[in-house]
Amino acid sequence: MTKLLEAFADGLGRGSVYALIALGFVIIYKSSRVISFAQPGFMIAGVVLVTYLVQVSWLGFFGAMLLGAVLIGLLALGIERAVIRPMIGRPIFAIAIITIGLDIVLRTVAHAYIGPLVRHVGDPWGTSQLHLGSVRMDQRHLAAVVTATVLVLLLFGFFRYTRMGLAMRAVAEDQEAALAQGVSVGAVFALSWALAGGLAAVAGSFAAAGVSVDNTFWPVALYALPVIILGGLDSLPGAVLAGLVIGVLRSLADAYVDDLSWLGENPSLIVPWLVMMLVLVVRPYGLFGTREVERV
Amino acid sequence: MLQVHNIEVVYDDIMLVLRGVSLSVPPGRIVALLGANGAGKSTLLRALTGLLDVHHGKITRGRVTLDGESVGQLRPAALVRRGISQVMEGRRIFGELTVEENLRLGGYTNPKQFRRRCELVFGLFPVLAQRRRETAGYLSGGEQQMLAMGRALMAEPRYLLLDEPSLGLAPRLVEEVRELIVSINRTGTGVLLVEQNATMALSIASHGYVLETGQVVLDKPAADLLADDDIREFYLGLHPAGAGGGPERRSYREVKHYRRRKRWLS
Ligand SMILES: Nc1ncnc2c1ncn2[C@@H]1O[C@H](COP(=O)(O)OP(=O)(O)OP(=O)(O)O)[C@@H](O)[C@H]1O
Ligand SMILES: [Mg+2]
Repeated sequence: MTKLLEAFADGLGRGSVYALIALGFVIIYKSSRVISFAQPGFMIAGVVLVTYLVQVSWLGFFGAMLLGAVLIGLLALGIERAVIRPMIGRPIFAIAIITIGLDIVLRTVAHAYIGPLVRHVGDPWGTSQLHLGSVRMDQRHLAAVVTATVLVLLLFGFFRYTRMGLAMRAVAEDQEAALAQGVSVGAVFALSWALAGGLAAVAGSFAAAGVSVDNTFWPVALYALPVIILGGLDSLPGAVLAGLVIGVLRSLADAYVDDLSWLGENPSLIVPWLVMMLVLVVRPYGLFGTREVERV
Repeated sequence: MLQVHNIEVVYDDIMLVLRGVSLSVPPGRIVALLGANGAGKSTLLRALTGLLDVHHGKITRGRVTLDGESVGQLRPAALVRRGISQVMEGRRIFGELTVEENLRLGGYTNPKQFRRRCELVFGLFPVLAQRRRETAGYLSGGEQQMLAMGRALMAEPRYLLLDEPSLGLAPRLVEEVRELIVSINRTGTGVLLVEQNATMALSIASHGYVLETGQVVLDKPAADLLADDDIREFYLGLHPAGAGGGPERRSYREVKHYRRRKRWLS
């Protein structure tokens, strides 16, 4: 039982990271119907930037992470304006391909700044753990969960209560009708990219806490794909919940690796993708997605 | 005065949909724009509200002017700020948002005026006040039309463009919409009313235009249009035989030609 609960706690920490990256996908998709495969690129760019920022000692881990998120957000905003905006209205497929190119460029540049050695965002929590009865949870996982929770609440508050958030929801539902009211759809696109970039940077920082960053680090962001398929491409709550589910499933697969030996030595690497394929077969629009998204 | 001068609109760089249309909406007047399906009525409204872009459409010739100033190239937001609002065909309310949020979006360009304008809109449409916290998608078709009109009024437009507001409404509701347009107009708002329901539109308009395959084929005071035999026959379906709506559509010009020939032969 303890093993189960510990795997669960572990998975929530992991899942928070996936959820934040997936939220970026969903925010961009909802506002512009663009499927952006550039999220891994923004994540690794954010992580590498944070590894430099933490060298400014008074910033600390959180300061570096927040500053990194803001800067990556601005970068994403600029890229949207320069590269993606001129493409709006073109076939979804063409834009998706462009985002793949963008991802490769971002990753290549980011990797160039990693250099010959590995880099670190620091390890604020080390191996310290929180004890809840007999269950132990890594503090860094707890920190990830708490930070993700705060960000998600802020995001939902933003969408719910602010003028710009309302504009984003309107554009998500009917772009032309929103335009007709005088909403600046361009500003909505730009902001959605900025948010996605910032979230990817935060997610990456947590994923990198306490581990080495080299050019094999970026695939962490790929787990956002099964997450958005499971949660539904156009559902924010879906992204959060599915992120946690995928995180927990991975950790469970790690914990019960002996029972899953028929999946090979590292079942946790493939469990998310198996879930994704299963979802695509039985419920292609995800748990919370709108049915019509299926057509994309 | 809101005017288009001789405009041509092309979709996808090839489809010429408006071919030299001129039309004026004087301040404070109701102008009716009639025409069969596909004549280009909605396209004209898009040209007036900056929404052609979304449809890959362009004004390739002619001008749109507001009080003499060229406004054809402005973005939708700038046009809303200058006092031109449109209620699009099919209402296009935000079904997932609440009634109040829809109204907030209508007043998006000027949030400071929200409270005051909301009171004005609730005065015209009491049903919206009752249901302000409800999800707009659950309103009835009639209520959604009220919401669409209320939302457009939240921008306090000088010119309100209505694209088939009576579409899909029961006769009693059409009557209600008609009354509402009259009351909106009475506050000094100019109205450009696109309608299939020509009787309704001409009964309140001061002037009417008939559009056919992208050209204005008639441009007359509404009373004259109502009295025009051909209009009566073709758009109002008031011809004596009452031919029960055959599937093939005859154009106004054909009708005219046919009548002329008949007159000539008799
Ligand atoms: N986005 C578009 N792309 C290409 N062609 C279009 C587009 N929208 C409209 N058209 C074409 O332009 C012509 C005029 O269409 P429009 O919608 O303006 O007509 P309408 O008079 O409003 O018709 P209805 O009474 O059916 O609403 C039609 O032939 C239509 O097929
Ligand atoms: Mg139309």
